[in-house]
Amino acid sequence: MDVKKELLPVVEGIILEEQEGVTLGDLCRMCSVHADYVLDLVEEGILEPLEGRAGMYRFQGDCVIRTRKAVALQRDMGVNLPGVALALQLLDEIETLRERLRRLEDRQEPVLP
Amino acid sequence: MEYKDYYKILGVGKDATQDEIKKAYRKLARKYHPDVSKEPDADRRFKEIGEAYEVLKDPEKRAAYDQLGPNWQAGQDFRPPPDWDAGFEFSGGGFTAGDAADYSDFFELLFGRRKGGRYQDPGGYQRAGSYTTFKARGEDHRARILIDLEDSYRGATREIILKKPVVTPEGHVRTEERTIRVRIPRGIKPGQHIRLKGQGSPGIGGGPAGDLLLEVEFNPHRLYRVEGADVYLDLPVAPWEAALGATVKVPTPAGQVDLKIPPGSYQGRKLRLRGRGIPSRKPGDFYVVLQIALPPADTEKAKEVYRKMAEELPFNPREGLGV
Repeated sequence: MDVKKELLPVVEGIILEEQEGVTLGDLCRMCSVHADYVLDLVEEGILEPLEGRAGMYRFQGDCVIRTRKAVALQRDMGVNLPGVALALQLLDEIETLRERLRRLEDRQEPVLP
Repeated sequence: MEYKDYYKILGVGKDATQDEIKKAYRKLARKYHPDVSKEPDADRRFKEIGEAYEVLKDPEKRAAYDQLGPNWQAGQDFRPPPDWDAGFEFSGGGFTAGDAADYSDFFELLFGRRKGGRYQDPGGYQRAGSYTTFKARGEDHRARILIDLEDSYRGATREIILKKPVVTPEGHVRTEERTIRVRIPRGIKPGQHIRLKGQGSPGIGGGPAGDLLLEVEFNPHRLYRVEGADVYLDLPVAPWEAALGATVKVPTPAGQVDLKIPPGSYQGRKLRLRGRGIPSRKPGDFYVVLQIALPPADTEKAKEVYRKMAEELPFNPREGLGV
C-alpha cells in the first residue's frame, strides 16, 4: 500500500562549536551554572574566552561542552578544578592520539610473508 | 519489575564499608564516565553505577534496601512488600543527584516518592542557577547521530526518535517517544554538536525549555578519510602516471574532478585541492594521496616490459639501506 507519509516539520539547528559570541549569561544558562563557576574555569585555564572588550566575556560555542564536562567530572568523580583541568587536557591528548592511531591503522596494508 | 542487585553492580560485598562502596564507585565511574570512557556501553553502565551508588552511599537508603532481604537475585521479578520503608526517614526527597529520569523503574518504585506520597520534582535537585522562585530552565537532552560525509557536504534532513521522560499523575517517571526531523547543517564535522533550541525538557514554572544537543559522528566511508575539516583520498596511479605526469579523474564528495599529477611524483605524495574539504566557513582541503599500483606481470608481454626496465634502468631501490 502506497501511503504518502506526512512529513514532520524540519527543526533547524546550529553547530554549537561554531557559534561565536556566547555571552557569560548564555553559557551559565546553557550549563546551569553560576557565573562565578565560569570565571573559576577561565582562571584555571579550562575555558579560554575570545578576545573582546574588557569586562565583556565572549566564548566560542565549544566552551559549552567543556563547561558541562567540567561540571559532570566534578559532580560524578569528586575531582577539584585543577583535577578537571588535567583530566580535560589528557582527554584531549588521548583523543588526538586515538585519531592518529585510527588513521594509521586504516592505512595499514596487510603484511606479506 | 526487575530486582536490581546494587552490590553486584558496584562489585562489592553486602558487608562493604561506606568507604569501600565509595572507592568501588569512583573506580567504576572513572572507567565508564561518558565524558571519559570510550567503552561502547559506557552510558548505560554509568547510569547503572550511579543508581547503585545513589542508594548504597546513603546509609538510610542502604538500610532500607538491605531490609528487602538477601534472597533477591538480579533480574528477578520484584514487588516491594507493603510498607517496606516504614520506619525509615529519608532526608530530602528521593533523588539527590544524577539524572532522575535515567533511574530504573526499580529505583523509582523504592525511592521515587517522598514519604506521604508526594513527588519530588525531578528537576528540583540540580538547579545551580540563581533562580529565586520555583522557575527553572528545562533540562537539556543529548543524543548521538551517525551521518554520512556527503550529508555534511550537501546538508540533509534526518528523522530522529527521542525518548523523553514524562511525569505521570501518580508521580512516576515514564519515557515517551517522539520523532523529530532535523536539518543537518552543511559543513558539520565529526564530534561537533547540533544545538536544537527548545527541543529538550519543558521548563518548570514558566522557565524556558532546555535544548537538544546532537553529537554528530560520521559513518566510515569506503573512499574517504576525514581529519577535522580535511578529507583524504588514497588514489591509485600507474607507475608511468606518477613518473611522467598525467591528468586523471578523481572522485570527491562534491563530484568528480580532473586532477593533474605532476611528473616525477612518488608513492605517498600528497596533492592538495584547496577548499574542497568539508565546506564550512573556513572550508577544509581535499588531499589526494598517491598510491602507486604495479601492473601485474601475468602475460609474456608484461614480463618483457619489466625485463626491459630491469636492463635499461640503473635503479637500486635499496640504496638507502647501504646494500
